[in-house]
Amino acid sequence: MLDLLTGFVAELRAAGIPVSLTEHLDAAEALRHVPMEDREAIKYTLGASLVKSSSHWRAYETAFEIYFSLRGPDYRIDDEVDSSGEPADDEGRLNGAGDRRGQGRGGGTGAGEGMTPEELADLLYKALLSANDAMVSAVARQAVTRYAGMEAGRPVGGTYYLYRTLRNLDLERVLDRLLDQARAATSTLNRRAKQDPEAPETTLTALEERLLRDEYQARIDQLRKEIEDEIRRRLVADRGSEALAKSLRKPLPEDIDVMHATREELVALRKSLQPLSRKLAVRLARKRRHGRKGPLDFRSTVRHSLSTGGVPVDPKFRYPRPSKPEIVVIADISGSVASFARFTLHLVHAISSQFSKVRSFVFIDGIDEVSRFFEGSDDPSDAVHRINTEADVIWVDGHSDYGHALTVFWERWGEEITPRSSVLLLGDARNNYHASQAWVVKELQGRARHVYWLNPEPRAYWNSGDSIVGEYAIHCDEVVECRTLRQLEQFVGELA
Amino acid sequence: MTGVVDPEDRLGSSDPIISGFPVAGPPRFESIGAVRTGLAEVDYLADEGIAGVVFLADRLAKPVLVEGPAGTGKTELAKSVARLTGSRLIRLQCYEGLDESKALYEWNYKKQLLRIQADSGQAWEQLEEDIFAEEFLLARPLLEAIRSPEPVVLLVDEVDRVELETEALLLEILSEYQVSIPELGTVRATQIPLVFLTSNNTRELSEALKRRCLYLHIDYPQLDRERAIIETRVPGISQSLADQVARIVRSIRTLDLKKDPSVSETLDWARTLVVLGVEAIDAEQAKDTLHILLKYQSDIDRAAKELAGVEPPD
Repeated sequence: MLDLLTGFVAELRAAGIPVSLTEHLDAAEALRHVPMEDREAIKYTLGASLVKSSSHWRAYETAFEIYFSLRGPDYRIDDEVDSSGEPADDEGRLNGAGDRRGQGRGGGTGAGEGMTPEELADLLYKALLSANDAMVSAVARQAVTRYAGMEAGRPVGGTYYLYRTLRNLDLERVLDRLLDQARAATSTLNRRAKQDPEAPETTLTALEERLLRDEYQARIDQLRKEIEDEIRRRLVADRGSEALAKSLRKPLPEDIDVMHATREELVALRKSLQPLSRKLAVRLARKRRHGRKGPLDFRSTVRHSLSTGGVPVDPKFRYPRPSKPEIVVIADISGSVASFARFTLHLVHAISSQFSKVRSFVFIDGIDEVSRFFEGSDDPSDAVHRINTEADVIWVDGHSDYGHALTVFWERWGEEITPRSSVLLLGDARNNYHASQAWVVKELQGRARHVYWLNPEPRAYWNSGDSIVGEYAIHCDEVVECRTLRQLEQFVGELA
Repeated sequence: MTGVVDPEDRLGSSDPIISGFPVAGPPRFESIGAVRTGLAEVDYLADEGIAGVVFLADRLAKPVLVEGPAGTGKTELAKSVARLTGSRLIRLQCYEGLDESKALYEWNYKKQLLRIQADSGQAWEQLEEDIFAEEFLLARPLLEAIRSPEPVVLLVDEVDRVELETEALLLEILSEYQVSIPELGTVRATQIPLVFLTSNNTRELSEALKRRCLYLHIDYPQLDRERAIIETRVPGISQSLADQVARIVRSIRTLDLKKDPSVSETLDWARTLVVLGVEAIDAEQAKDTLHILLKYQSDIDRAAKELAGVEPPD
């Protein structure tokens, strides 16, 4: 057990969760107090002592499922089909399998091999309709056996198998079917209640329908999770924990590479952006209020010393008046870097109280000011949405043209850059081989307090292909690689 | 009460501290299941995770750091545990600017001054010894929890509100259950209190603090648990209404709102519906009472629109 725990802790560290030695010891100590056979209890025990942040919980869960996976012949990937099972009373047998599973998960995988896809779909539908958990998980196992087409020894993660299984089950259609069924049921009920088959059909009210839809959606999500678990269990049985952990390891939300994030990761990012910006705002506000002593106010000190006979007992200090910087954000929102620009705009505006003024401009090959979207609403994500739909950023063909965008910026707004402004340029500087017009950045630097360039590409890719970040970089105070939320947060924090 | 060890038994443990690792006194709970049923008896419905962590906190003599969205019952958990174990609840409400003299202890200057003036004829050494005696010590919540002879549940509420530096105040008490007072020496715990720290996650707590605690994240409850909570906490609510309330709240939480409805707001809403004599909610009633559940006008508009059946624009 201790070996297993050590391996597990090593995996958590590899996934980016900081686990200290004390916490490791605590976990070992804690394990002595919980019954070994209670898997849930162990999960929460280890979680409580090893993971100290809720955003790490998902990564922890994945690792836990892999390392403390249920093992046994039950989860072997069967190549040969066990055809001895007779296709009688399928539901009963599946139920049986489900129950056995509940009692220690000893059942075989053979049940239901002889079912046709239609029968399986039907069972799935019934299981979801009646919210029968045992049946849902039995169906999940069946579906995996049947559709995933798992091959022993193939070094892949589970995503491919998951995709295959889900494609065959077609859950969207199942949801519609469930809803249709519910509608039909109510209308029959209504008719029966009125004792008049001719009465016009009353349907579900919108509220009821909405609730039902959410209910079924929750059940389907449950099924999806069951399927995912099932696939993972089989993979663990096949390839062992360590190999699998490596291929399933996912970055923590704050370490996700924004430019290459999948859709799910983007959702996770958006979720963690809000608490992050709130934390940042609180921290900056505190920093401003505390811990800054102004220089000695000589005049005031002498004046006050009169009451103590000229002895300066009580030195007076000037009140610190930290100037709030004015921020000008110029962001490329063309396809490749759009999500990065959105996150940055969101973050900067969420903490706009820390700046005296925030102005934002977005461009692709044309450029447009978008500050107005943020001013009207108190919800940055709303404004970001409006940028995507309303900003006028296309000039010729909708391919990034930094040169043209910067020139136009200089002509129209260049005058308004003052020595109090900090200019943030956001983009990968992939200019599609247009002219760079780097002189604009040089002029900006001359006028503004600082010019920073945030590049969401890894440093190694800079100046390769059509990236000309180097040409701009010589005129910037700093060019920062900014691929993850963590890096972004750090940069913005230092800015304010 | 099932599985709860009588508080009287705990007084026997005289010196619970050995070289840095506090050794727990006699266990308060027999098993995780006992914690769960016990908490249910005092009307707190814990899930597996919550019960497990409380159980461990007792066995390992470690504080619990409870995080989660506002209104999910973090403070309530500490209160319930206190009720369950029959302990006194000592609460330290944290705020910005909290310092040693309000959290730990303070010397009663006025009394010391009086003492000095009362007999000025005494030798200085004697007097000095005198005025730094326990008699002149004003115990603040943390010291009080340590010194208390009876069993105690210590609740440090909203610990994320104090500054990073002030957190250090807590460290000694959390890991060793002792308080060092320079003039007096070290005060050790006569019994190990159960300690709960709650945080609304407005900032990252320091590693040092997290390391010393067990971590518990309380999220919005699952449908079944929420329904059960409504039924326990709202007297006179019918099962069907409770079910409907729980479902609607779940639906609302799936929307992308500024502030999701919390459990306490759900309970308020359920109570309102009971008072209004509502048997089954329809869209109209839901719309009229949504302001109890949601606190932003934009959220209310959004939820009302969704519940009225306008399809979300995917």
